[in-house]
Amino acid sequence: MEKALRNKKAIAFFVLPGLVWFAAIAIVPIFQSFGYSFLKWNGITKPEFVGLRNYMEIFKDALFYKAVGNSLLLAFASVFLQLPFSMLLALILAKGVKGENVYRTIFFIPVIISSTIIAQMWMKVYHPDYGLLNTFLRSIGLEGWQKQWLADDKWALVAVFVPMIWQYIGYHMLLFYSAAKGISPDIREAAKVDGASEVQIAFRIIIPMIVPMIKASVIFAIIGSLKSFDLIYILTKGGPLHATEVPTMLMYTEIFTSTRYGYASAMALLIIVECLIFTLLVQTVFGKISKRLD
Amino acid sequence: MKKIEPGNIIIQIFLIVFAAIQLFPLYWMITFSLKGNMEIFGGNVLGLPETWRFDNYTKVVEETKLVRYFINSIVVTGLTIFFTLLFSAMITYGIVRLKWKLSKAVYTLFLIGMMIPIHAVLLPLFLNLDPVLNSYVSLILPYTAFAMPLGILIMVGVLEGLPKELEEAAFIDGASIYKIFFHIILPLLTPALSTVAILTFLSSWNELMLAVTFISDSRFKTITTGVMELIGKYSTQWGPVGAGLVIATIPTLILYIALSENVQKSLAAGAVKG
Repeated sequence: MEKALRNKKAIAFFVLPGLVWFAAIAIVPIFQSFGYSFLKWNGITKPEFVGLRNYMEIFKDALFYKAVGNSLLLAFASVFLQLPFSMLLALILAKGVKGENVYRTIFFIPVIISSTIIAQMWMKVYHPDYGLLNTFLRSIGLEGWQKQWLADDKWALVAVFVPMIWQYIGYHMLLFYSAAKGISPDIREAAKVDGASEVQIAFRIIIPMIVPMIKASVIFAIIGSLKSFDLIYILTKGGPLHATEVPTMLMYTEIFTSTRYGYASAMALLIIVECLIFTLLVQTVFGKISKRLD
Repeated sequence: MKKIEPGNIIIQIFLIVFAAIQLFPLYWMITFSLKGNMEIFGGNVLGLPETWRFDNYTKVVEETKLVRYFINSIVVTGLTIFFTLLFSAMITYGIVRLKWKLSKAVYTLFLIGMMIPIHAVLLPLFLNLDPVLNSYVSLILPYTAFAMPLGILIMVGVLEGLPKELEEAAFIDGASIYKIFFHIILPLLTPALSTVAILTFLSSWNELMLAVTFISDSRFKTITTGVMELIGKYSTQWGPVGAGLVIATIPTLILYIALSENVQKSLAAGAVKG
């Protein structure tokens, strides 16, 4: 058998098709992006090598800072509002309540529905004349509070963040829940016998024990925020007056509206670098937390 | 008998309210897909339809290419799942069981690949795939490529835990490596295959960025981009839009209702691995 497992033809048969496919579609383009980022190019005229000029221009671009700022704000809201709320739900469910499985299944529904559908529904919620939100405000006598939610540059950002954060509450809840369920019930029982309250059990036992999952969740929440695109693309396309601009939306506009291929590629690489930096940052912070817990 | 504590009641109320919030968009979408404008725009915003307007569905099916988009999505998603499962399983076997120098390196390459955001390669892919834009291939190629790393990661974990005795016995009985893979390994990997299939289904059925960029020919549009057309076409009639949204969501909902435990487990597994 040893010889058969070393057979070159067999190895090629099993590995090459998938590997070539993956390398051609996922790996090679990264190097291309890197190469394009040094060009001034619109896809039609001859590309011109401009060195680091695209990067320097991005760093002077107020719109880019605004987009990054918005995505960081989303990341912040996600970590400090969405995750704690998800944790609360997970802890309640994992403790064992009546209807645990039904609730978990229902809470998770928005996660599996496509962002396109979610966005379409929220457009109807925010519709200035017939939307649920304004209809509701009218019905309780707060006509003055009605807004053109997605067209008002003061409110649009909040209006797009709400569905983005809401959609994935169930996802993080599920991650925390499955981690909390992995803790042996004996530990919980022992704490109860010692007279610990549910709140103490949550903060002293469960949360410290699921720190690895919290780390994963924080990373997903931040990376997801930095790469967010779908809901913004459908709800506002970055408008009004760039109020809801995020880096991926900006990059998309640079490619398909401005056709500044070099500039957009530099932006794509900065988005990757930003994601890597934040992943490392979270890893370091959680490394410190885990050390203190031990 | 258990005492009813006030704390438990508060918790139950809280859970019920949040469950209602989570279900509300779905409820609202389904009900307004069955209403006429009069009800949606004032008469009956939240309640069940007074007159059930099933013609919203016939209307959207007859007047738009929604059925076509639906079939396109099934073709793209189906083939993506097929290729992802096949190639991920083959590479997993190659990495875990076959003996060659670069197997670790190839595995690492896929692990790194998992961190690549699809956005970062949007432009080069758009340029490279130019000859096949506006075809199923232009979506199946990237969807499969980006689904493979997680598939491989999940399957490697499973295959490493399986004993080799069965394969060795089959080999002694004269089975070839290929026969062992298709007749022993694949059946053993079934639970992992179903996890990967669920994850791949959700990511490719719901994908938006590549679908809007790579397909402009309505013959090949998928359902996610298809429903976006509805807003323009029926800007003043919400009923048919709602019907379109419901149709686009049905497969996901059926999958979820039928396999909810499995879907939840798969997503949790996908996250832990990722």
